Amino acid sequence: MVNAEGVAPIIEARGIIKGYGHVQALQSADFTAYPGEVVALIGDNGAGKSTLTKIISGVIKPDAGELLFEGRPVEMSSPLAAQKLGIETVFQDLALAPDLDGAANVYLGREMLKAGLLGKLGVLDKQGMKTAATGAFVDLGVAIRDASASVVNLSGGQRQGVAVARAASWATKVIIMDEPTAALGVVQTENVLNVIRRVRDRGLTVVLISHNMPDVLKVADRIEVLRLGRRVATFAVKDASIELLVGAMTGALDQERAA
Amino acid sequence: MSSLPQAPGGQGPTNSAAQQPDGALPQARPESFATRLRDSALSSNTLWIFLALVAIIVVFSILKPSAFLSSYDIKTIFINAAVALILSVGMTFVIITAGIDLSVGSILVMSGVIAVKVMIAVAGGASASGNAGWGPILVGIVAGLGVGLGWGVINGVIISMLRVPPLIVTLGTFGIALGLSDVLTGGVDIGGVPTKFSSAVGSGSVGPIPTMVLIAAVVTIAAGLLLHTTRFGRYTYAIGSNDEAARRAGINVNLHLIKVYALSGLLSGLGGLLSLAYFTTTTISGHETDNLTAISAVVIGGTSLFGGVGAMFGTVIGVFIPVVLASGLVIVGLQSFWQEVMIGAILIAAVYFDQVRRRARSRP
Ligand SMILES: Nc1ncnc2c1ncn2[C@@H]1O[C@H](COP(=O)(O)OP(=O)(O)OP(=O)(O)O)[C@@H](O)[C@H]1O
Ligand SMILES: [Mg+2]
Repeated sequence: MVNAEGVAPIIEARGIIKGYGHVQALQSADFTAYPGEVVALIGDNGAGKSTLTKIISGVIKPDAGELLFEGRPVEMSSPLAAQKLGIETVFQDLALAPDLDGAANVYLGREMLKAGLLGKLGVLDKQGMKTAATGAFVDLGVAIRDASASVVNLSGGQRQGVAVARAASWATKVIIMDEPTAALGVVQTENVLNVIRRVRDRGLTVVLISHNMPDVLKVADRIEVLRLGRRVATFAVKDASIELLVGAMTGALDQERAA
Repeated sequence: MSSLPQAPGGQGPTNSAAQQPDGALPQARPESFATRLRDSALSSNTLWIFLALVAIIVVFSILKPSAFLSSYDIKTIFINAAVALILSVGMTFVIITAGIDLSVGSILVMSGVIAVKVMIAVAGGASASGNAGWGPILVGIVAGLGVGLGWGVINGVIISMLRVPPLIVTLGTFGIALGLSDVLTGGVDIGGVPTKFSSAVGSGSVGPIPTMVLIAAVVTIAAGLLLHTTRFGRYTYAIGSNDEAARRAGINVNLHLIKVYALSGLLSGLGGLLSLAYFTTTTISGHETDNLTAISAVVIGGTSLFGGVGAMFGTVIGVFIPVVLASGLVIVGLQSFWQEVMIGAILIAAVYFDQVRRRARSRP
């Protein structure tokens, strides 16, 4: 399956099923993201957006369904598997270690080590990580004055900034952002939207999950709508309007069933 | 605002500082070691507990200056603290992961029992083992450490992979290891510790420093560096702070937990060897409360029972406060039982302050 320009998807999820006890979070959900685009994944609360996100990033395993990366079937058996493919995720719950500082969180699991023998012994290059993380925060316009302050002492928006900086620093192919602007003020939201554009301009794919339709229309190239664990519609942003999107989310419109 | 930092080939985010054309980046200043030390001490309860230790020492020194500061007493204090310190060092890692290890004292006992039994067996019987050379002694040492490591791995595997709470797992292995030690010995302590071993390690000195104290100091410093400067330490904090975040960051949480409990077990085994060398016999019935001693030392030292927060320096102080109190009380002529009363109160206060600190900073 290729898009209008004849480009094959970078990520394709087919028929993903995931249940939690009696709750069917995803009932044969499909999802597609093309290289270099910003695709928004929208849907009502509980539609299954975060569940799909976690499946693509290797955090949870689907009960059934197929995941393709650059056309090849992949087994996202662990978060490491997704990392290795160049996929980074800003989770809705952020998944930060609150007692560690911002720099430590940006580098968590991929610490910078000192050169030479000390590095071989696993000694951290704390100063190097702090400097680089501070640079990343500045680049993203994240207002964190002290990269060595524990994350628990930061504001909600600053914490979100740390999580975004972490993902933006490491992603080489795809960034998934699950409501990255939920706790942000106007300026910080604009910063994150700029980050999304810049990441896209770098050639990466961005999957944006948001409940803010004006933001989605502002930054996305394409929009996929999830409803009750199923994809019900996809739009090119030029064909989309808030009315159409709301219609798809609430069930008034169901392209895929009609098709 | 230039480009975002990138991670070419997993080399790590490139430092964008160098690419800042306008030099807008606030340069992270290298802080002096003293500043960092002060900050980390202030940020936890460590500073206060350090001041408490200093106050205790000052009070006793004023009350009985001659006796309290005599080198004999200082030596005794350090020797008494050596084994407790080694157990507490391991416990610090465990508690920072938000775990607990109740099995340390029993592992210590079983390691001592196995070590001396192996020494006797290799030396060719109880009568010969007293004069045994370093060969049998070394085999016994390896066996004792192996027992400790083995129990630690068992704890870690059950806790991380079978997801049984650490309190229960280590309560279970606490009983099992002690019970097996009784079974192996019929409940009677075994002597026959080679004299070479006990005189070199138990009562020996390197220069003016007792060997036991030297070993404990080296272990503590090495473990402190491991905790505070290495990736191993970073993962220990991360898992205690938010294990799901650690998992999503690609850290092998189960493996790391196994390593942490293995370290605690290994150090318990080392404690068993030191105890064996010092007392020249196993001390099967003397270690039921070692776990509580170690846990209170760690917690008094400012490490949080909820994980993610703690410092090795604090643990050192937490070990010395009870030992110094006990020695001091005896010297000023009070019953040493008062030490237990005071430690109980200090322990509750330490956890109370940790709770206050957590509440103060926890945001919705
Ligand atoms: N760990 C879990 N255990 C049980 N049920 C879960 C779990 N995670 C998700 N669910 C359920 O799965 C469904 C989809 O949840 P999900 O978090 O994916 O929705 P969402 O689209 O991200 O919603 P929101 O916009 O509120 O973030 C919900 O009904 C939710 O209750
Ligand atoms: Mg969600």
